[in-house]
Amino acid sequence: MPAMHVRLGALAAALALAATFSTAASAQKKYDTGASDTEIKIGNIMPYSGPASAYGVIGKTEEAYFRKINAEGGINGRKINFISYDDAYSPPKTVEQARKLVESDEVLLIFQSLGTPSNSAIQKYMNSKKVPQLFVATGATKWNDSQNFPWTMGWQPNYQSEARIYAKYILQKMPNAKIAILYQNDDYGKDYLKGVKEGLGAKAASMIVAEESYETSEPTIDSHIVTLKATGADVFFNITTPKFAAQAIKKNAEIGWHPTHFLNNVSVSIGSVMKPAGFEASQGIVSSNYYKDPTDPQWKHDPAMKAWNEFLDKYYPEANRADSSVMYGYIVAQALLHVLKACGDDLTRANVMKQAASIKDFEPAGLLPGIKANTGPTDFAPLSQLQLMRFKGESWELFGDVLSGDVSG
Amino acid sequence: MSAAEDVVTEAPAVEAVPKRAMTLGTGTSLLVLAALLIMPVFVKNFIIFQMTMLLIYGLAVLALNILTGGSGQFSLGQSAFYAVGAYTTAVLMEHFNVNYALTLPIAGVVCFAFGFLFGQPALRLSGVYLALATFALATAMPQLLKLNFLEHWTGGVQGLVVTKPDAPFGLPMSQDMWLYYFTLVVVIAIYIFSVNLLRSRSGRAFMAIRDNEIAASAMGVDVALYKTLAFGVSAAVTGVAGSLGAIAVQFVAPDSYTITLAISLFLGMVVGGVGWLPGSIVGAAFIIFVPNIAEGISKGLSGAVFGVLLFLVIYLVPHGARQVAILGQQFAGKLRKN
Repeated sequence: MPAMHVRLGALAAALALAATFSTAASAQKKYDTGASDTEIKIGNIMPYSGPASAYGVIGKTEEAYFRKINAEGGINGRKINFISYDDAYSPPKTVEQARKLVESDEVLLIFQSLGTPSNSAIQKYMNSKKVPQLFVATGATKWNDSQNFPWTMGWQPNYQSEARIYAKYILQKMPNAKIAILYQNDDYGKDYLKGVKEGLGAKAASMIVAEESYETSEPTIDSHIVTLKATGADVFFNITTPKFAAQAIKKNAEIGWHPTHFLNNVSVSIGSVMKPAGFEASQGIVSSNYYKDPTDPQWKHDPAMKAWNEFLDKYYPEANRADSSVMYGYIVAQALLHVLKACGDDLTRANVMKQAASIKDFEPAGLLPGIKANTGPTDFAPLSQLQLMRFKGESWELFGDVLSGDVSG
Repeated sequence: MSAAEDVVTEAPAVEAVPKRAMTLGTGTSLLVLAALLIMPVFVKNFIIFQMTMLLIYGLAVLALNILTGGSGQFSLGQSAFYAVGAYTTAVLMEHFNVNYALTLPIAGVVCFAFGFLFGQPALRLSGVYLALATFALATAMPQLLKLNFLEHWTGGVQGLVVTKPDAPFGLPMSQDMWLYYFTLVVVIAIYIFSVNLLRSRSGRAFMAIRDNEIAASAMGVDVALYKTLAFGVSAAVTGVAGSLGAIAVQFVAPDSYTITLAISLFLGMVVGGVGWLPGSIVGAAFIIFVPNIAEGISKGLSGAVFGVLLFLVIYLVPHGARQVAILGQQFAGKLRKN
């Protein structure tokens, strides 16, 4: 049918024409809802009130950082409009706020929404709306799932990666260890536990002699420590949040239990854990980190730390500089800046995810030397490296190489 | 009965509300209904979602109103019933592929049984002691949902994601709008049922117990039965609200149903006016929108601002929305006379 051929030819020509137009257009400016010549709207959800309100500092730091960027001329001439709402750490409220940001404020993306349950609640919604849920503030492993949730991306090294690093170390240095584990009975504790077990592999069953869990509502975990000591374990895995971590360290010293103590990165703050627990009791504890602890004296003259202090002096003077959340917010805000800069004039949601998934060896100020953020089309976990450290004197002493705990690897 | 308990039961904490004063006039009702029906056509999906949540919380506050305003029993444990309803729906929908509409009556029945059973030990308690017992229920619920042997069904701390239903029969409306109308129909049906319940023999029994337990039993009211029945009905309605909430939010997790929710519902009832059923919607509006307003005023002090606003409401109109409505009626009456 010649007529058909002609039509097909015409169609092909039209398509080719359309393609040239669209490539021509991409050299120009392209916007999705929330971005324009003058402004980029970024949404954020934080628990400013409620049980996790201590983390609200992260949102305030990010807001201060974007004020700094705006004062310095913005990103490619565009100002950031950072809209941050409170969800009180309640998932139904997170859904309401996320919908408000996407449908009413019409933001380009939601950045750093905090908490595992809160992010779980909006993940499906964000992906069905095709709005980026970028660099979520939670260490759960499930955010690295580009196949099922191409619009959601994690940020920090996840719990399983970290646990694997310790497990590797134990297998190498103390293959005959008897391990006792204390963990918080929630998603965070269980995620860690899974990482430890998978990291130990076939030897997990024989090496782990005791597992105890506690609820955050318990006033003290002393009795758990006593139970664990009674098992005669010589390695203690301490998967607890700051308050309980300090209690555990103190109790260990009191009852004279001195196993090799592995403390999770969640609780390495010198200001809020090691100091209250007592420096003497904290000697020799092994942990890991990926960013510089602002209370650690060894970074006093570090250029990144100086820049951080200058930023706080000018834009967030009331910040508590011993709070590691301030450093955390500072680092992740730089990552968003990096992605938005890379987007150039193509500020579409698809391009934001594309640029976020092509971060190569990015080193925001504040990370430990040698630790870099990397992502790829199937790697939605920007940070997955950590360095081991041991508590000595009044600060952490880094040792060994930077280790990778990539769950896929 | 101990002396302490006598003191507590003697002074009825809930002021007697005559049954006619529990509802709105026909004209006003129709007006409100018309507004609720037309509204979604003109607003964005996000506002429709908020209105749906308003109806759902309104239903939960209504349930508490039946219990406290009707039978005079306190409960700070409504979040537990709400959670059971939500989880029943989520588990049935996600694990057994049951149609969402069918899960509502099932959740209602499950919660009725749960509330009725809880009402048994609660019988021995009254006033603040009962409030404390229900408080314990609310605190225990999120932890019970995390239990290991239930994790297979409940998803543990990770919770369950619920699929939002599409409009049936190819109706040209968004998921949000469909869910809004669906919720509206359920809420109206339950509202009419509640009004009729309180006007019926059972309702009169509830109120007799509320006003004076001893007199009620002297008149032949089976106090134990009606008290537990009130708990059961209230739990069932709360459970249905929880089911609708799970479908609207598309997610259930233990952290969604903490004691904060129970206190919010209690607050909604007080602000709406204890024992005045239409006030439930006003109370729900208060607990949904006022925190947002407070946050708009000050992010760091949103809790304090909310507290101040709440205090103002309680100080200026202690009987809540009911008082405002009565004042409005008197004012309208005066205008008409002039």
